[in-house]
Amino acid sequence: MYYIDPHIHMVSRTTDDYETLAKMGCVAVSEPAFWAGFDRGSVDGFRDYFRQLTEVEPRRAAQYGIQHFTWLCINAKEAENVELSREVIAMIPEFLDRPNVLGIGEIGLNKNTKNEATVFLEHVELAVQHNQQILIHTPHLEDKYQGTRMIMDMLLGDSRIDPSRVLIDHVEEHTIEPVLEAGFWAGMTLYPVTKCTPQRAADMIERYGSQRLMANSAGDWGPSKPTAIPDLILELRRRGHSEQAIRQIVYDNPVAFFSQSGAHFDFVPPESRNMEQSV
Amino acid sequence: MPRTVGQVLDQEFLQVRAKILELAAFFDRLELAEPGAVDQRQLALLQQGCAILNDDEGEKAKRVQMLFSREYNPQWRQEFSL
Repeated sequence: MYYIDPHIHMVSRTTDDYETLAKMGCVAVSEPAFWAGFDRGSVDGFRDYFRQLTEVEPRRAAQYGIQHFTWLCINAKEAENVELSREVIAMIPEFLDRPNVLGIGEIGLNKNTKNEATVFLEHVELAVQHNQQILIHTPHLEDKYQGTRMIMDMLLGDSRIDPSRVLIDHVEEHTIEPVLEAGFWAGMTLYPVTKCTPQRAADMIERYGSQRLMANSAGDWGPSKPTAIPDLILELRRRGHSEQAIRQIVYDNPVAFFSQSGAHFDFVPPESRNMEQSV
Repeated sequence: MPRTVGQVLDQEFLQVRAKILELAAFFDRLELAEPGAVDQRQLALLQQGCAILNDDEGEKAKRVQMLFSREYNPQWRQEFSL
């Protein structure tokens, strides 16, 4: 089955991973900007990172017939440095016209602090001013519920935000319901220990349905599995879900959500590709 | 296409048995460990989590998640002056 990974950090993965993803049916990825594992020291560090996301990764992915899309921001972990965050936010528009940029993300909260919320709101303002879609990171573990509610407070408190153009990622059993009820898209992250297993993701699909719901691997430089989506596909098949129902989660929904980015989502379905495009 | 109760039990019995054994072995390790300072809050959370598994109410995964979650304060924006 063809699928799309809507949240994966390929700058942290090897070229061999691109090959493996392609062999498992991955035809497109979307890569939000995130924390590098260390705090970067200058706006130029982010400018180089955004060049990697908009120039290098699309080329690396294309070698394996995978289309690469991306989202730009300074992540919540680095938001305690408000001055640097503002410099990065001011620089982001340099890249918004790049052909693979889908919007602003993954913005969000980490420890639910005032500085994080301040920088989050300034990212939202940037998205509104440039009519960008938004991809949201929600905090981990004990901070997730509180942080998700705070993020929803900020988004729903701004009448300019259309929830149908916002993807709230890393939802789990205690956050998925309010996210979907408010009209946002929701992403389930299949990630060892701190997030969700394929079995629990399948449970949530069965409980809440497949509308506005996606699954991702969030594969990155930490313990993670870039091929987690095929694990979910297998789990859903084991439970007797139809191929069409599975495809909605892992392919149709990402296409529907990303298509709202307009011309920047120039996705070519695999069945429409010729050999030159696909390899 | 939801599975029947019997199908869920049949298909997942061995995996869940293994997870229960892991939990049991963890509590044995706690019991056998050298005495020392203990984070009572952590211990209480784990015991309360196990209690949820064996009570009569539903939505167990959601309730375990909430058990391990910080409380949401609806007044946070005023307190942050945002």
